[in-house]
Amino acid sequence: MAQISLPKNSEVNKGKYFKDKTGSKNIRKVNVYRWDPSTEENPRIDTYEVDMDNCPSKVLDILNKIKNEIDPTLAYRRSCAHGVCGSCAMNMGGKNGLACTKPHAEIDGDIEIYPLPHLKVKRDLIGDLDGLYKQYQSIEPWLKNNSSKDTTEIFQSKEDRAKLDGAYECIMCACCSTSCPSYWWNGDKYLGPAVLLQAYRWIVDSRDDERKARLKKVADELKLYRCHTILNCTSACPKGLNPAKAIAEIKKMLATANV
Amino acid sequence: MSSYNIIDHEYDVVVLGAGGSGLRAAVGLSEAGLKTACISKVFPTRSHTSAAQGGISAALGNMGEDDWRWHMYDTVKGADWLGDQDSIEYLCKEAPKAVLELEKYGVPFSRTDEGKIYQRPFGGMTKNYGNGIVQRTCAAADRTGHAILHTLYGQALKHNTEFFIEYFALDLLMKDGECKGLIAWNLNDGTIHRFRAHTVIIATGGYGKVYYSATSAHTCTGDGNAMVLRAGLPLQDMEFVQFHPTGIYGHGTLISEGVRGEGGYLVNSKGERFMERYAPNAKDLASRDVVSRSMSIEINEGRGVGKDQDHVHLHLSHLDKSVIENRLPGITEAARLFANVDVTKEPIPVVPTVHYNMGGIPTNYKAEVLTVNGSEKTVPGLMAIGEAACVSVHGANRLGSNSLIDLVVFGRAAAKRAAELIKPGAPHEEIPETETQKCLDRFDKLRNAQGDNSTAELRLAMQKTMQSKCAVFRTEKNLEEGVNEIRKTYDGMDSISVKDRSLVFNTDLVETLEFDNLIRQAVTTVDSAYHRKESRGAHAREDYPNRDDKKFMQHTLAWCDGKDTKITYRPVHNSTLTNEVQYFPPQERVY
Repeated sequence: MAQISLPKNSEVNKGKYFKDKTGSKNIRKVNVYRWDPSTEENPRIDTYEVDMDNCPSKVLDILNKIKNEIDPTLAYRRSCAHGVCGSCAMNMGGKNGLACTKPHAEIDGDIEIYPLPHLKVKRDLIGDLDGLYKQYQSIEPWLKNNSSKDTTEIFQSKEDRAKLDGAYECIMCACCSTSCPSYWWNGDKYLGPAVLLQAYRWIVDSRDDERKARLKKVADELKLYRCHTILNCTSACPKGLNPAKAIAEIKKMLATANV
Repeated sequence: MSSYNIIDHEYDVVVLGAGGSGLRAAVGLSEAGLKTACISKVFPTRSHTSAAQGGISAALGNMGEDDWRWHMYDTVKGADWLGDQDSIEYLCKEAPKAVLELEKYGVPFSRTDEGKIYQRPFGGMTKNYGNGIVQRTCAAADRTGHAILHTLYGQALKHNTEFFIEYFALDLLMKDGECKGLIAWNLNDGTIHRFRAHTVIIATGGYGKVYYSATSAHTCTGDGNAMVLRAGLPLQDMEFVQFHPTGIYGHGTLISEGVRGEGGYLVNSKGERFMERYAPNAKDLASRDVVSRSMSIEINEGRGVGKDQDHVHLHLSHLDKSVIENRLPGITEAARLFANVDVTKEPIPVVPTVHYNMGGIPTNYKAEVLTVNGSEKTVPGLMAIGEAACVSVHGANRLGSNSLIDLVVFGRAAAKRAAELIKPGAPHEEIPETETQKCLDRFDKLRNAQGDNSTAELRLAMQKTMQSKCAVFRTEKNLEEGVNEIRKTYDGMDSISVKDRSLVFNTDLVETLEFDNLIRQAVTTVDSAYHRKESRGAHAREDYPNRDDKKFMQHTLAWCDGKDTKITYRPVHNSTLTNEVQYFPPQERVY
């Protein structure tokens, strides 16, 4: 019988407990995934008691409070703190989102904070997105236009420009792709919603001359058709975009056009 | 002596930073056939360029007549005559080309009815040398920075730029006053990397995080500026810190000037459109320093809104719904998330918030770093671009939408200049080991710091000092207090503590290294402000309310060795680059 063994570090242990030292009456327990590859230790869940009377409204505020006041060793990515850079994507209360825009009041009970699901972890809440970035590169995210004049702009009607709305705003946080069961299973071959949304963004750009080639390139059983319209992507997107619809549009274009 | 295994690399050029300017430079360098590395502490699209909203200025004339000379005049005036007019000429003349190039790269600009790039009015942007408002700011809704950053990253991928992502740069490698490369720490696996390069281009952005309340990202810590200080080189005009009029009260999130460009306006507790009093012509579209000061006066005189009367309201609910939906969707979302406001019904609570550093690494218009040793000299092997640089095109106050254009024009200029100076594949000089050792000793000392002061506490103390002693209005007394107080925080570094001992994503150590960078810039900022005894642009001294061109039409240069600074001055360039335009002599600055 085939022996299936999980990597050693897949077992998550109970970690440290950081008791409140402020004497606050308004405490929430925050359970955070911790792992440092440079130690031999298994991952663990550390628990922090956080004084909510002196904590602003977002999950990132909780993490900053833990890092600044309780435990500086906690590692997570963060930058802009207002939902445009996409750094602080993680899994909070069982849902993917941006820590900087997710209100902690929306999470009931103890707050569970994990890295984005199904990524290799680099450390603590920091997931490995290198694979997704390579896939992004593979769709050639740049304009291919054969016009040779450098001095004039390429005109685009308002209607054509409107086709990019809902696609160009993507911040590449990977909340969608890492919520997709199909991507969990075939993430090495299936491009996933984030990258397909970007593929779509270039396919529908009226200024691009390589529409057909772009469509052909994604028309692949694994790259595209592993999307089974589960729609987790759309429900996960913190920017309110609809990658599932973009994928459906690509499928429709392929089904109806002579590519 | 600290010992680390070092991984060596050789490149023609190393670009430090992967925001708008760094990426634009990297693209140009790759096109020129130079072997280029682009190093960044964050993945490129996480850079703070992504937060730029309103747009990018260029006299395209898509929405009425425009001329790059008018743009130049506005920029000179916005800068309160502290900008170098040769550089400003270069910026404004090159701007249309640079924007068309971005459009060709694929930036999804909003469009006019004719399908041209949409342009909106912005503060201080006028036609015919100050006579009426012009629409010059090219916009992709209110997500222009994001659109440009992602597009430039795509271009860099197209050109197979070699990225070193999530590498934290530690120090420059200098030899006889020339830059020979840099050392960086790879956060992914904890290794130390030494990059030899014929030119290092610093594109590390601003240092807004020296302040408590800023629109800046957590990562805006001016790492390149501090590396330059540690290399024994000066920073320029550091006292000029821009307060953006409309940061969301209590949170600091940016609300674009584009809101006022599209017809939004500011209101005090009496319901007055108070900007009419301070800037009768431009009103809410006066330049940012003017609007921020006016708001501060309204608040100080008791006409602020809210429980503590400490902010004002930005109204846009009167705007057409389609304007809000199509041109301001990003700020609609930000106001909902961070102020709990529905902009179609209620005003946004706003307050002047630290936003941009006009000061930085002194350069000429070719992006070559300058120092002064008797006279102005370039530093071989070192360039700076973007917010990290002080070219100086923004002088004492930057106009909105002039920063994005600065990124691409000078990113491009740096690549062009590097291509002129460097022969691809030329051999590298040996660098003395002492440089490497000096850098790693500092790294190792902080890594093993076991004092009593947490980095977060010291950072907070620094931010509070800067916020209270070096804000919109300044006086001799509070600046002097600031000069002393900031040094106490600096001394706290002697007993700093780092708890995390790992080398992999040790963000405790990253924040400590960032703090070490920030505090040096805080010291130079408050010292530079203390010594400039006049009011000009963003530097408003209550005790010296007037501009003093005789004494201070000069750039401040500040060297910083630990907490000791040396302040000198160099004259502002008083000529243009070509005779296509005449020098604009200083005038009184009214809007």
